[in-house]
Amino acid sequence: MSNTPRISCRHVWKVFGASAAAELEKAREVASDDVGAVAEALRRRGCVAAACDVSFDVYPGEIFVIMGLSGSGKSTVVRCLSRLVEPTAGEVLIDGENILNLSEAKLVELRRHRMGMVFQNFGLMPHMTVLENVAYPLRVQGIGRSERFARARETVELVGLSGREDSYPSELSGGMQQRVGIARSLAVKPDVWFLDEPFSALDPLIRRQMQDEFLRLQALLRKSILFITHDFMEALRLADRIAIMRDGQFVQVGTAADLVLNPADSYVADFTSDVPRGKIVTAANIMEPAEGVGAKDSISGDVTLDDLLQRFRGGREALAVTDGKGAVIGRVTLDGALEALCRGSR
Amino acid sequence: MTTAEQEIAPIATGRRLGTHWTHLVLFVAVALAALVTGLGGIGGTAPADPLLPLSGWLSIVLDWFSGSFRGLFRIMSALLAWPIEQFREGLHWLPWPTLLVIAAAIGYLAGGTRLALFCGATFAYIVIAGLWEPTAVTLALIAVAVPFSAALALALGIASYRWPVMWRVLQPVLDLMQTIPTLAYLLPILVLFGIGPMVAVVASLIYAIPPMVRAVVHGLHRVPQDIVESGQMSGSNRNQLLAWVLVPSAMPTILLGLNQTIMAGLSMVVIASMVGGVSDIGIEVFQTMKQAKFGRSIMAGLVIALLAMAMDRVTRGFAERSRHGFLACDISKTALIGFAGAIAASLAAAMVFADLRNYSESWVVRPAPLLDAALEWFTINAYPVTSAIKTYMTYFVLLPLKSGLHSAMRPNIWGIEMSPAFTFVYIVAAAGGCLALAFAARQRVLAIGLGVLAIYYYLGTVGTPWTFTVVVVTLVGWFAGGWRVALVALGGMLFILFSGNWERAMISLELTAVGVALSVLLGSGIGIWAALNDRVSAIVRPICDTLQTMPIFVFLIPAVMVFLVGEFTALFAIMLYAIVPPIRYGELGIRSVPHDLIEAARMMGVKRRQMIWQVQLPLALPEIALGINQTVMMALAMVVIASLVGAPGLGQDVLIALSQGKSGHGLVAGLCIAALAIVFDRIIQAWSAGRKRALGLN
Repeated sequence: MSNTPRISCRHVWKVFGASAAAELEKAREVASDDVGAVAEALRRRGCVAAACDVSFDVYPGEIFVIMGLSGSGKSTVVRCLSRLVEPTAGEVLIDGENILNLSEAKLVELRRHRMGMVFQNFGLMPHMTVLENVAYPLRVQGIGRSERFARARETVELVGLSGREDSYPSELSGGMQQRVGIARSLAVKPDVWFLDEPFSALDPLIRRQMQDEFLRLQALLRKSILFITHDFMEALRLADRIAIMRDGQFVQVGTAADLVLNPADSYVADFTSDVPRGKIVTAANIMEPAEGVGAKDSISGDVTLDDLLQRFRGGREALAVTDGKGAVIGRVTLDGALEALCRGSR
Repeated sequence: MTTAEQEIAPIATGRRLGTHWTHLVLFVAVALAALVTGLGGIGGTAPADPLLPLSGWLSIVLDWFSGSFRGLFRIMSALLAWPIEQFREGLHWLPWPTLLVIAAAIGYLAGGTRLALFCGATFAYIVIAGLWEPTAVTLALIAVAVPFSAALALALGIASYRWPVMWRVLQPVLDLMQTIPTLAYLLPILVLFGIGPMVAVVASLIYAIPPMVRAVVHGLHRVPQDIVESGQMSGSNRNQLLAWVLVPSAMPTILLGLNQTIMAGLSMVVIASMVGGVSDIGIEVFQTMKQAKFGRSIMAGLVIALLAMAMDRVTRGFAERSRHGFLACDISKTALIGFAGAIAASLAAAMVFADLRNYSESWVVRPAPLLDAALEWFTINAYPVTSAIKTYMTYFVLLPLKSGLHSAMRPNIWGIEMSPAFTFVYIVAAAGGCLALAFAARQRVLAIGLGVLAIYYYLGTVGTPWTFTVVVVTLVGWFAGGWRVALVALGGMLFILFSGNWERAMISLELTAVGVALSVLLGSGIGIWAALNDRVSAIVRPICDTLQTMPIFVFLIPAVMVFLVGEFTALFAIMLYAIVPPIRYGELGIRSVPHDLIEAARMMGVKRRQMIWQVQLPLALPEIALGINQTVMMALAMVVIASLVGAPGLGQDVLIALSQGKSGHGLVAGLCIAALAIVFDRIIQAWSAGRKRALGLN
């Protein structure tokens, strides 16, 4: 992943209520930098702060997951980024350009070419066939019928719905409808891909299949993705990085292993308490500085804890950890491994 | 209200009667004060002359308007008369077998074989009864009026969705358009457009546009959020979003609005043609009814009813089919080819056989004399019963509520005479009843209701001081929905007062109230029965469907047939016309009680009777109240039409104004009716919304 972020969110606030912008100004004068206090001040004035001082970056090719319970503000954040909802304060940069300053016409252009979004309840037009639905973003650009249908067909094939092009949404199952939603969002080959709880409305088994599908597509297309979910297991499966959100604020941002090993507070710890740590935590996450351990007792840094523990059988006490090229970068001890496994299960 | 409900803290800002006893005491005190002062002479009798010469002003304005723009309107009239005439000629030119096939084909496209048969049968009936000529005129009027209305309504609806300010302004205008009785604004239209089909077209335009505008706005707002957002995220600009996403998604609702517009259009066309001088099927009904030729009246009324049902089912059929995004669900190509072939064949055959071109007079079936005879037999044999019903209702209900007990207490009917002793007993009984309800049964709302009813029963709506009525209505409005509703109530009542129409308005109000009470009692009972018994429901539903599609006019026929002309006839017509909403909402209310509540109650060992009275009814009440709302609206509409058959009150005013050419006068009377409608509509809606919120229902 390159180092310049594709999507940047800087100090974005979204306040609902009468004269929200003015109220936010006033609250910030009073409470200055204490985000919690500002939110409280707004609440007392009858406003609701749905997103409070949210800042994060999404790098090209990365899957960034925002996770939180209902009412945490995660849907608000993704809508601020796509300007379905106008932020009260802050900046949203896509490829370095602040999209909050764009005129309506330019915003429409942005959506037509560089953004795609998948919705929780699919958002399919009931009066259009699958093909027409997928071709719709191309239709609004003025692309002719045969060309847009041809391109739509490709995308329909990409999501595995070939043969169902002439069906109506009401004739499809939930999983198939969401594939149409995914196909439609990909029809314009966007750089940036938003998914708002795309699999939450599906049955658990289908959900797993769709997650696999999603990972397969991402391996192929390498989009910069903002993914919203309330399911921590889903976040673990899909995310490169996760942001946990609560009451409109980011509580912690990091990889799954970070969250599991170093939860920022008890809220995050609660979320991660049921996680099978053995599958998430790797040797590289728990290693200590290397001190004289023989190279023959070594394991790669990305071996998971479960597999790692196997290697300690037979009385070994420490193993060297190597990086991708075989150089030793640290060591793990049995104690350290057991502690990482058990922490949080008191 | 049960104690449990009294404990629930109201979430709404509107006051609820019975929540605080202080409010009730206030209510009683103020009302009694108004009553006493009124009886004592202060503000007692309503001004007979209008305080503001509103009708005079309106007449002047209308005269000026029609004078200045007459030329323009006459041109418009001529312009629109042309397509109407062409359409009628076209219908006249086509041979009747062809029309039969076309009718069946339309039915088939909308609803399959059953509807095809129904449409075909309807047309066949019209032709066989010899009533095709006047029906063709009606159809021509509708064919011009409806597309206009629909196009205008769609435009207004879309604009209201786009600019919410416009919607806020438009809504009261729409309310007014739907509640002012057509007869009231027929005269100005007549003056503007001259005698001709235009009157019917414009009148039906005014009445038919509101339902569709509301449906368009409602439908657009109800497009699911994710569809709107996905349309936006696909890069649609505003116009693309509206044309390609919003309107198509809302199409089923819009088409249902179109259905209502067509039905409203048919209703109004039939009435308005009376004034406009076109000889269509409406005139046929009206004239034969006036001449007491009921057999022919029934035949013509049946045409209107069947026409209404056919149009309703066809438009609903198209609306349903649009829901699935395609029109051709079970339409077979062979059927279409068959229809096309039949049309061609019939056209060819008509050229050869004259009888297939114009339906021969000798083939017309006229069962009217038979019907008349049957009707006569029925009336004569039922006379004791009908006469008794009429007398008892008049002397025990209608007359006291209108003019007070003293005018109704005839010794031969009541058995006793009015006397101070009786008055004393009455007051004691009423007061006792109220107190008992309030304290023994803890039903404070009912207690106040009984008290108010007792006062009106004794003094009559006309005899009660206007201060009392105004105060009561305003306070009820305040309790139902806060100061906003109270303001509307006060405004409406004062308007009526200052226009000089108070007495007549009270008469109309009384007639409407009794009609509504009867409809609601009878209708809710039937509805609740239907909810508890599926067989009854299966019988009741098609009857309601049929009744609901019939234009208001048609309901006069059975009323006049059985009870002749008079006040009770009007009451009967109102009851018949307005009974469908209570039935529907009664059933809906009971059926909508959340299933888990029923199960929970069953698990607690609640018996069937208790279930109905303690669980289902209280929770169904808000829904039933919504039905009362519609009932009141329909009753008020009927009150004016019923003046054609002898109902006293504001309707008579409108009719007289119509015949004497005093357009302003008629309009003002119409506005008074609209005022009554709007006031009670707001009160009932606010109360229902408040109850729903308090009960935590959706």
